[in-house]
Amino acid sequence: MDFIQFIKIIMPLTLASAAPIISTSLGGLFSERSGVVNIGLEGLMMIGAFTSATVTVLVEPSLGVLSPWVGIIAGIIAGGLFSLIHAYVSINLRADQVISGTAINLLAGGLTIYLCQIIFNQQRTRTFLYGIKKQEIPFLSDIPLIGDAFFSKVHITSFIVILLAIIVWYVVFKTPFGLRLRAVGEHPGAADSMGINVYRMRYIGVILSGLFAGLGGSIMVLSQDIQYTHMSIHGTGFIALAALIFGKWHPIGVLGAGLFFGFSQALGVIAFQVPFLSKLPYEFFWAFPYVLTIIALVVFSGKSAGPRAIGKPYDKGER
Amino acid sequence: MIDFLRNEKNHKFVVPLLSVLFGFLAGAIIMIITGINPLEGYRALVKGVVGNPRKFGEWFVASSPLIFTGLSVAFGFRTGLFNIGAEGQLIVGSFAAVVVGIFVDVPAYIHLPLVLMSAAVAGALWGFVPGFLKAKYKVHEVVVTIMMNYSALHLINYAIKALPGSTKTRSVDILPSASLSSEFLSNITNHSRLHWGFLIAVLGAIVFWFIIERTTFGYELRSVGFNPTASEYAGMKVNRNIILSMMISGAFAGLAGAMISVGTFDYARVIASAEGYGFDGIAVALLGNNSGFAIIISGMLFGALKAGSSAMALASVPKEIGHIIMAFIVLFAAMNYGIKRFLARLGKEEK
Repeated sequence: MDFIQFIKIIMPLTLASAAPIISTSLGGLFSERSGVVNIGLEGLMMIGAFTSATVTVLVEPSLGVLSPWVGIIAGIIAGGLFSLIHAYVSINLRADQVISGTAINLLAGGLTIYLCQIIFNQQRTRTFLYGIKKQEIPFLSDIPLIGDAFFSKVHITSFIVILLAIIVWYVVFKTPFGLRLRAVGEHPGAADSMGINVYRMRYIGVILSGLFAGLGGSIMVLSQDIQYTHMSIHGTGFIALAALIFGKWHPIGVLGAGLFFGFSQALGVIAFQVPFLSKLPYEFFWAFPYVLTIIALVVFSGKSAGPRAIGKPYDKGER
Repeated sequence: MIDFLRNEKNHKFVVPLLSVLFGFLAGAIIMIITGINPLEGYRALVKGVVGNPRKFGEWFVASSPLIFTGLSVAFGFRTGLFNIGAEGQLIVGSFAAVVVGIFVDVPAYIHLPLVLMSAAVAGALWGFVPGFLKAKYKVHEVVVTIMMNYSALHLINYAIKALPGSTKTRSVDILPSASLSSEFLSNITNHSRLHWGFLIAVLGAIVFWFIIERTTFGYELRSVGFNPTASEYAGMKVNRNIILSMMISGAFAGLAGAMISVGTFDYARVIASAEGYGFDGIAVALLGNNSGFAIIISGMLFGALKAGSSAMALASVPKEIGHIIMAFIVLFAAMNYGIKRFLARLGKEEK
């Protein structure tokens, strides 16, 4: 395989694996910027993936090609609703946010498969016919080389997610809402004294993380799978968390980190075709993003990049 | 009764009991919503745990690793660390136990302790990394341990397959002298997989209690967890203590791995995804108030859910209800501030 061929094969794969990571990671960004740690991203993705797969299967007979889009919308909403548990427990009841997030993951893992049993009488959803298919982007795919690598045989959702990253950057850094969100995550006491409703901002942050993680899960199952199983998400929520740290809680950083992790996953998939990489076991590529994140954490240490009030419940009485 | 519930002294055990009660209630509500009779479901659960000697044996088999991961997470909590990486430490521990179990050929009375020791050491080494990074670079242990979990999963899967004689799914059997399994225990429980691991888990809980409550070292660890700045001022070596407590926490998780690999199975398995013992350990530790003996009880409770839920499938209740109940219990245990406030308010309205 020569280099150009390598690029042509790996780029569409990278875009496909990166989309769910980036989307979920952007969700985590909203939550953590508002000061609430969200370890539950993995679980929220499961909820989104399960809902979108189920809805797609159920509406397919009547809606046909439109059904995955209806599924995605349902997945986004389900993720948002489920995140309310995390919001209530960690904001109102001031529970330990990491424990609450862990509970979300446990609950989502159990509940989704339980509901599969109830609805489909098996450990997984029925297979859907209309997933998100690879397609050619009109005009752009005609550009030589670049067109082949980036704009043919890709999922349209990958580009939607990249666009979302830019929108999120604008919202978080260029609007009054974004300023308030960040203020609440850095110094809730000061924000409160300026008349910002800390609880409300944190609720919005957590719910947005649910919506984005729901989207990420939906994209993942509908573009890479044929049904939802307990293996559909396999730790992508945690990679998204890693991408958030690796991208230093910045939307464009998250976009870059997500693409990079997507690339390393894609490399694991096609490594056996690449001459000098085929010697390495594919487990090494799978472990790669995690090892890399640990190294990144060490390198960034000292320059505290995270929001300052992260993980601390806000108690008005302590102001 | 209401006064009893409102008394804060009793909250230490009332809150966990209420969490369990609410957890099972929430499970019942889920069953009702999905058209299942919860009474039948729970009857099947109880039967699945104590219905016959064999199931009784399997209950203890499921509980032993949970007690150890519970001790692991609790040791971290007591010393101010959140070890979410028990899963990874368990994986490397189970692998180390199998390696020593296959390649070292010595009599059982040396072999078995050696196997357990190597599991503990491997877990401790896996725990050393996040401990060291926290002490030296102030990197938060939660993220590092999560990443260590997945690194362990993939790298150990590779290592198992690289052992001589391994297939794509498992290693060869360990030597009989390295196994915790016992013909006697298996026979009295109608051929369950019951092994000596449970006794070792109880021993682990005693060691846990002794280190934490009865040694100067344990006192220092707790003190560092409670207030690192004050401890440093009092002359304690904070960084050294963080690393050591992460390593001890890892050692407990490594032993949990030995329970599975040289107790339940007698070989190492290639697993597609983490089996959740580490996360279940968080539940066990929370419910057990992070104290050695209560962890045995909460480990047994979650062990019962794990072992009994497959029997629920016979009563046409999907076995995942076990996970759901467990998750709700964790959620309610995490809400203990809310539950305490609820208890304090109890009965006030009437006055």
